Amino acid sequence: MQESQYDKITTVTANRAWLNINLKEIWEYRDLALLFVKRDLVNAYKQTVLGPIWIIINPLLSTIVFTVIFGVIAGIGTDGVPQFLFYMSGNTLWSFFSNCLNRASSTFLGNARIFGKVYFPRLIMPVSGILYNLVNFMLQTGVFVILVIIYTVCGANVHPNWFIALTPLLILQTALLGTAMGLIISSITTKYRDLNILVSFGVSLLMYITPVVYPISKVPEDFRWLMLLNPVAPIVESYRYAFMGSGSIEWFYLLLSMAVTAVLLFLGILVFNRVEKNFIDTV
Amino acid sequence: MDKNCVIKTEHLSKEYRLGVIGSGTLRRDVQSWYAKKRGREDPNRRIGASEYEKGETFLALDDMNIEIMRGERVGIIGANGAGKSTFLKLLSRITSPSDGTIQYRGRIASMLEVGTGFHPELTGRENVYLNGAILGMSREEVSAKMDDIIEFSECEKFIDTPVKRYSSGMFVKLAFSVAAHLDAEIMIMDEVLAVGDMRFQKKCIQKMRSLAVEEDRTVLYVSHNMNTIQDLCSRCVVLEKGKKIYDGSVDEAIRYYLGGDRDEFFSFEYTDEKFKEPVRRNDICLKNVKYNGRTTNLFADGEKMQLELGWVNNADVNNLCLRVEVYDSRRYPVTSFLIENFYSGKKGEEHSQRLELDITPFARGRYYTRYVFYNRLTDTSSYEDIEICGGLMFRKIMNDDTALRWQSTWGSVVLGKAELIE
Repeated sequence: MQESQYDKITTVTANRAWLNINLKEIWEYRDLALLFVKRDLVNAYKQTVLGPIWIIINPLLSTIVFTVIFGVIAGIGTDGVPQFLFYMSGNTLWSFFSNCLNRASSTFLGNARIFGKVYFPRLIMPVSGILYNLVNFMLQTGVFVILVIIYTVCGANVHPNWFIALTPLLILQTALLGTAMGLIISSITTKYRDLNILVSFGVSLLMYITPVVYPISKVPEDFRWLMLLNPVAPIVESYRYAFMGSGSIEWFYLLLSMAVTAVLLFLGILVFNRVEKNFIDTV
Repeated sequence: MDKNCVIKTEHLSKEYRLGVIGSGTLRRDVQSWYAKKRGREDPNRRIGASEYEKGETFLALDDMNIEIMRGERVGIIGANGAGKSTFLKLLSRITSPSDGTIQYRGRIASMLEVGTGFHPELTGRENVYLNGAILGMSREEVSAKMDDIIEFSECEKFIDTPVKRYSSGMFVKLAFSVAAHLDAEIMIMDEVLAVGDMRFQKKCIQKMRSLAVEEDRTVLYVSHNMNTIQDLCSRCVVLEKGKKIYDGSVDEAIRYYLGGDRDEFFSFEYTDEKFKEPVRRNDICLKNVKYNGRTTNLFADGEKMQLELGWVNNADVNNLCLRVEVYDSRRYPVTSFLIENFYSGKKGEEHSQRLELDITPFARGRYYTRYVFYNRLTDTSSYEDIEICGGLMFRKIMNDDTALRWQSTWGSVVLGKAELIE
């Protein structure tokens, strides 16, 4: 044991500062975040025949459903882009967003037991949630990219462009936006459980005001600005533009969405920090 | 903070609000808030509950000041609700204090439960990594200790099997092993040493003690098991209603907690159920006990004990039997005095009985007793306890000034000398 450890004095007081995020501590616990990711991956696919292949089958199946319902039956156009690719891009990015949100929103209630018995930085939980969802999303994106390449080579109306370089930023933004909203919800649900019910409803509603199953060009010109105020909308639209060259990147709304993400993240961490200290007494 | 002091708390308090905190749904809280605003009665208040009841608070820990030095093994005892667990929760930062401060040196590893975060689907080895990380160890640290952990847990054969297939004993053994190999400077444990079989429990206590003695770590242990406290701890704190009421030697603390003033009693009235243990059939009710014709609980060498017990029959009693159990100061049983089929009586009758117990072979020291009334079951060789009461303590003096002084480690009973065989 290192003697120097004894020089490190920790002080705990009743002082409830609004903002004291110990990033160094979170970094010290990085192994824990990774182990939680591993635990969740093992847990999700243990004793299934296909195992992790489900990560890919799942979005493919729902993309097929989307294609049939919205593309074939409802006949909503996709701006000339192959329907399957169109729906897959929106679907994977959207589920990444909603998974991050759901995961973060159950941080307190879902982990009350373990939080009540041992201390570690509570933010580790949403962080591992992001990583877990990112692993799934990257695998799905891998399949998506392969499909994009195949379609492009076969000469379909798909035009990947240099804005692909922007996609890592868009993915990060999606994760942070979902998690930020989740953190706020999680903090409120420690007191008001109603929100739990509202969340699943709200998230599916939000999907329909996001250009996931239709291109934004189908929205009447007069309402487009309103729609783009939804911070997820410009992300999905830009992401799709980067891979397929359809639609557009609305820079103003994208930057606005980034600002909203930053503000929500700040707020989210703020209330999370506030609630984390004593939630175990009320949960 | 002193160089050798590893934990220091000042005016540490934790307040809880009594009753239901909020109604749990937004609609009702808004309703209550709106009613209050308009000066109406709160529609969600329980009928009969007073206006102020909602805001009542309760101090689970009240102005706790303590300094713990490096290498100390501190036991914390007290009745349920005395604030022991709250204290540990505050130290391990699971919840934050309402008032006061805590300062500590180094890292605290808290084990308020065995196997927190163990996941049934993961193998033993994977769980060791996960549990180690939850308790604050890095991957390299766990890897370095992996062999020790597996060896200590006695689960070598099953280490790569998912823990959902483990027996409960194996599970807790593995979980404890992880915690026992933490590198933290301060270890906090809540009743977790009582895991596994007796042999493993001994091993755990041995391990914790050697961590403190050989590596100068500090151990805080909460338990209701006085034997473990005595085996492990070098200092003991007694809590009552959130306050520290005793802090000092282990023996004194246990005496303080268990006996209170009862220690000096030479007679006792059982006015409530506090000193009795629950039994299935409560056929008799012990009312009082005393050392016959005495005003002290001190017994000299060669003296016999005369006991007078008074009780009332709750039901018809036939062939009552009594066992007076004697425990040493470490609460290990020494022996029992039996008297069988000595009394029969009708329901409602009161009875007083005098007994003589030959306690002359006992070595010097303090002894605790327990009175157990029982019935022999006629059809089998078993028995049924019908009243179990904590009994009077007695102190025994030995008159061995001329001979070699009898040491407490030699045992509690002095039997005859060994004879040489020619």
